[in-house]
Amino acid sequence: MHIVVVGLSHKTAPVEIREKLAIPESRMNEALTRLCSYQGVREGILLSTCNRVEVYAVVDEIEAGYGRIQEFLADAHLSLSSEQLTPHLYWHQGDRAISHLFRVASSLDSMIVGESQILGQIKDAFEVALTHKSTGIILNKVVKKAISVAKRVRTETKIAEMAVSVSYAAVELAKKIFSDLSEKTVLLVGAGEMAKLAARHFIASGVRHVRVTTRNPQHGMELADRFGGTAVPFEQFREDMASADIVLVSTGAAHYLVSEDDVQRSVKQRMNRPMFLIDISVPRNIDPAVRHVDNAFLFDIDDLKARVEQNRGGRLLEAEKAEQMVVDEVGIVRQWLQSLEVTPTIMALRTKADEIKRAEVEKTLGRLANLSESERELVETMASSIVNKLIHNTMVTLKAEVNSSDGVAFVEAARRFFSLGDPAGSTVNGSAVESHIQSREEATPKAGAKTPDR
Amino acid sequence: MAAMFFMVTMALYFAATVSFLAYLLWPSEALSKASLGMTAIGFAAHTIALVARMVGTADVSPPGFHEALSFFSWMLILVFLAVEFRHRLHVLGSFIVPLALVSLVSAAALPETAPTLSPVFRTLWVHVTLSMLGTVGFAVAFVAGLMYLIQDRLLKSKRFNVLYSKLPALDFLDHLNQQSIVMGFPLLTLGIITGALSAEFSRGSYLSWNPEQTWALVTWVFYFAVLLGRLTVGWRAKRAAYLTIIGFAGVVLTLIGVVLKGHGPVS
Repeated sequence: MHIVVVGLSHKTAPVEIREKLAIPESRMNEALTRLCSYQGVREGILLSTCNRVEVYAVVDEIEAGYGRIQEFLADAHLSLSSEQLTPHLYWHQGDRAISHLFRVASSLDSMIVGESQILGQIKDAFEVALTHKSTGIILNKVVKKAISVAKRVRTETKIAEMAVSVSYAAVELAKKIFSDLSEKTVLLVGAGEMAKLAARHFIASGVRHVRVTTRNPQHGMELADRFGGTAVPFEQFREDMASADIVLVSTGAAHYLVSEDDVQRSVKQRMNRPMFLIDISVPRNIDPAVRHVDNAFLFDIDDLKARVEQNRGGRLLEAEKAEQMVVDEVGIVRQWLQSLEVTPTIMALRTKADEIKRAEVEKTLGRLANLSESERELVETMASSIVNKLIHNTMVTLKAEVNSSDGVAFVEAARRFFSLGDPAGSTVNGSAVESHIQSREEATPKAGAKTPDR
Repeated sequence: MAAMFFMVTMALYFAATVSFLAYLLWPSEALSKASLGMTAIGFAAHTIALVARMVGTADVSPPGFHEALSFFSWMLILVFLAVEFRHRLHVLGSFIVPLALVSLVSAAALPETAPTLSPVFRTLWVHVTLSMLGTVGFAVAFVAGLMYLIQDRLLKSKRFNVLYSKLPALDFLDHLNQQSIVMGFPLLTLGIITGALSAEFSRGSYLSWNPEQTWALVTWVFYFAVLLGRLTVGWRAKRAAYLTIIGFAGVVLTLIGVVLKGHGPVS
């Protein structure tokens, strides 16, 4: 049994290919059914976003599994052949597949490292797979672990805290001036794309009061509606500026719209409460002399860009920490997977039984000092045969079930019944047996309906 | 026992100061945890030292500068730990713990019991405690003001260094500044009133215009103006930061002056 991933991402395939392969939500169920119907594919989950299409699966044989999944991907679009896909695909198995999933979930493989969307997308994909029961013991465990690794990366490194877009850098700076953005007012002057994006980031960060002003009153009203704010007549916005804590300026004007005096007056009206001014326009619309006004903080596009550049460097450092975490966590999952293999389990069982037997025999013989040699042998033989008979059935069953779909559940059950040690912290997300029993219970009513023949 | 715990406290605060200052320069979580741990243990040791001393000597000696400064440093750390607990603001420690250390070292340099002046120790204890609590408020306001000016400077000059990322938002610091004065001012007022009362008991007059009393009144008027200015004409943000720094510098200079002149007990 092997974990594999086959897929393509923004790093390996152009958007023309990615969009052809993308699986729309409405067709997810059908796609999962199709994936699981391939022979030798035991578990599967599909991750389809605008930047990647990936299939994670548990397969019986690696090479055959790769082939099936590639076939599956090529089938997604009529105009694609399996050969055309090959140059864009990557194939990983075992540790590398798990590590790939962990890196993707932690946003280390994203176009913008540290972005948070991907985790949500993985959760959604897992949700769909769970509803569809296309995942089993192994993928459930691995995907859950991927989600927890991603959370750990987010909390223990600063990877997500660093703004790497100009519009978001403005929000990050604002948070160093205002501790609570929800009570603050944003005034949007002009309708430049970047400013609108920044306004959206501010709203997402809790800002509830938005005021909009544009030269074209109609346009201003529309924008105000879109942001749930109010429109301010363009002629008045300078007088109105005092009511805004954050002023975002981005118009096409070729001259300064806001002068030092305007800001000085506003700060005075605000009784020296700090003001944050962002000028995203080129040429600039706020007089740079505003920098000299106390309690007014002006940042222009170059300042924001410099901040972004600095953060990019910082993210790389944080990403290294995150990579180390991924390596550690893959190690934990590997141990758990190894514990699910039959041969080591049988050997562990045998060793444990022998140890118990030997200890008990020694104890008993120690008390019966005056036994003859043959009597001693008899005691030993009896102990051996009790032990062997007790574990015989378990071993036979394990060997017999190794290739059945319940194989791993039997292994883990045996490990727990005989306390064979559990190296991989299966306590983290509940044990495989528990989740297996659960999924079996859920699946029972229509178990026969979809399970492909194996 | 008090003396031993006092020394332990001083050693721990010293170590915490060093590590908190290092924390300003390097972005390390481990460093902040270590600094916090040492501060907390030091605080516990300090508490034991203070209690042991109170049990041993209460009611027989009047509070001197040693006691006052030691108590001041204890209160400072208490306030820091409270703010830290609520807001997770490690960087505050980089400013407050050194201040507490300085105050504790000054305490150590002064004799433990001051010459006896009068039997009215009880009111004197109340007076010293209240005045020192007021001073703690001004000290926190001073630290908040200092942090405000640094962050203001970093934002204005667009230097986004380690310190920038550690210092909290400007309006939080301004708020901390305001709250500290709002708490400190009434306490100082009560401290001055009880001081006048005990002076009346011991010397027969409420106010003799000696240097400490004069300076205490000047301080009171100054902070009254700061508070009033903030509430009425917008003396907040940068101006408030400057004013509270000047104010606290005045308080410290007064204390130094009084100690150097060799006045016995505080009044």
